[in-house]
Amino acid sequence: MEASTKPSLSLNIATNPGAPGAREGFASLPMRMTVSKLNFFYGAKQILFDINVGVAEKKVTALIGPSGCGKSTLLRILNRMHETVSTSRLEGDILLDGQNILAQDVTALRRRVGMVFQRPNPFPKSIFDNVAYGPRINGAKDSIADVVEKSLRHAALWEEVKDQLHKSAYDLSGGQQQRLCIARALAVEPEVLLLDEPCSALDPISTAKVEELLVDLKNLTTIVIVTHNMQQAARVSDFTAFILTGQMIEFSPTPHLFTTPGDPRTEAYITGRFG
Amino acid sequence: MSSTRVRWRKFVSNFMMTMTGLCALISVSVLFFILGYLVYNGGTSINWAFFTQLPKPVGESGGGMANAIVGSGKLLFAASLFGVPIGFLGGVYLAEFSGSFVASVVRYAADLLNGVPSIVIGIFAYAMVVLPFKHFSAFAGAFALGLMMIPITLRSTEEFLKNVPNSLREGAMALGASKSKTIRTVIIPAAYRGILTAILLALARVAGETAPLLFTAFGNRFWSNSWSQPTASLPVMIYTYAVSPYEDWHRQAWAAGLVLLGLILIINIVARTILARGIAVPRS
Repeated sequence: MEASTKPSLSLNIATNPGAPGAREGFASLPMRMTVSKLNFFYGAKQILFDINVGVAEKKVTALIGPSGCGKSTLLRILNRMHETVSTSRLEGDILLDGQNILAQDVTALRRRVGMVFQRPNPFPKSIFDNVAYGPRINGAKDSIADVVEKSLRHAALWEEVKDQLHKSAYDLSGGQQQRLCIARALAVEPEVLLLDEPCSALDPISTAKVEELLVDLKNLTTIVIVTHNMQQAARVSDFTAFILTGQMIEFSPTPHLFTTPGDPRTEAYITGRFG
Repeated sequence: MSSTRVRWRKFVSNFMMTMTGLCALISVSVLFFILGYLVYNGGTSINWAFFTQLPKPVGESGGGMANAIVGSGKLLFAASLFGVPIGFLGGVYLAEFSGSFVASVVRYAADLLNGVPSIVIGIFAYAMVVLPFKHFSAFAGAFALGLMMIPITLRSTEEFLKNVPNSLREGAMALGASKSKTIRTVIIPAAYRGILTAILLALARVAGETAPLLFTAFGNRFWSNSWSQPTASLPVMIYTYAVSPYEDWHRQAWAAGLVLLGLILIINIVARTILARGIAVPRS
């Protein structure tokens, strides 16, 4: 496992010469979102313990950890999707551009912080109508066709679907459907894009395409990705947070975390001793 | 294993297969027997006049049931106008908004209402609408039929909405859609074909109901020119004509039966056509 991660790690460093090599460098970056002293509960069960994490602007932040560690929960909190569970309870501050997200209108927040889910979930509509959905409900009138084309191009799907925009989204392959969902999220021009294990239901070739896409999308928006695939985190992210049983064990620049982990538990996890 | 045992098993297997096949055949042939009998008897009596003329008095041959055909249409139209919105919106509430306790109470009540014999619904409509206005009327008939459509529409709306995968709700909400907008723009469009089919099947079911109309819409041998007048309908007409002692009327009843069956068949076909069109959420 180590052998397979190493080459991509060095590649990561090489392609990100500006990536800070230490925590001090991270602190000087502009932050899109900050989470501080977050405790989260489902009913009486505490899921997350005292989480502190920052999401740097136009970077990819990865959340890794074994199944059930709370990484997806943390991601869903960032656009308040946790509120669909009525027994959930939250303590702490989550700021988006310095403002508390809990005090904002939830629909306005979700337009700014978009989300792509584990399994592709296109609507039972045409490809065009799927991408146009966000702009339409948000009241955009003009040039929806332009927005759709732009979003599909950003999601690297335009060339494959430009002649069949009015066909059902379900006619696409799984990988195409997931890129369609990414295009649909991009169409509302979110400031932050959350991805919840976006490749776990995809084959290796589709996965490679989505990963490639994420690296390109960094120029456009800020990305937070949950993955249980460490190589994926190493390939696409600038910063990585390692979460274990609801606690943030380590949060470092990705090359740093994978080469010189600061905590023995991180080292045990990334070298495959558990998880 | 002894060969007699194997033979016995083979015999049991073949016997059971024959029995199940036979029972399946009987169920189907009952339907085809009724259909055939109706087509044979109705087909020989039906003619153009049946659709265009009013009933003739006893002794005069010919005549038709134009008023009953129009009357049935009016009753079904008004019944849907009353029953479908209530059932549909109630179903939306149950599937999307209510807590589990409220939902279970309403669901139980709807199932009970669905099980109430149609003659009792008729008596209820008689007491609620006919008595206060001192008039049999199309309104009263439509009220009775509409009441019967409420539980079917409500339960099927709820079922079809609940079958829409939760991932679609999350997808819409993550794009900044409010709950009501999610329901309007994603959930109902994803379920509408199923709901519409169920409504049409409910319509087909009440189209054949006689009991709730006997003392609400009553019947009329002439055109009914107002909603507050008694109205003829095909099922009641069939009932009246079939129990009469006149050979001529029996033939008319067969023809009416055939027309009613044709109507229900058309509704069913339309329902199935709707179900086959458009983009469906694939089953996972």
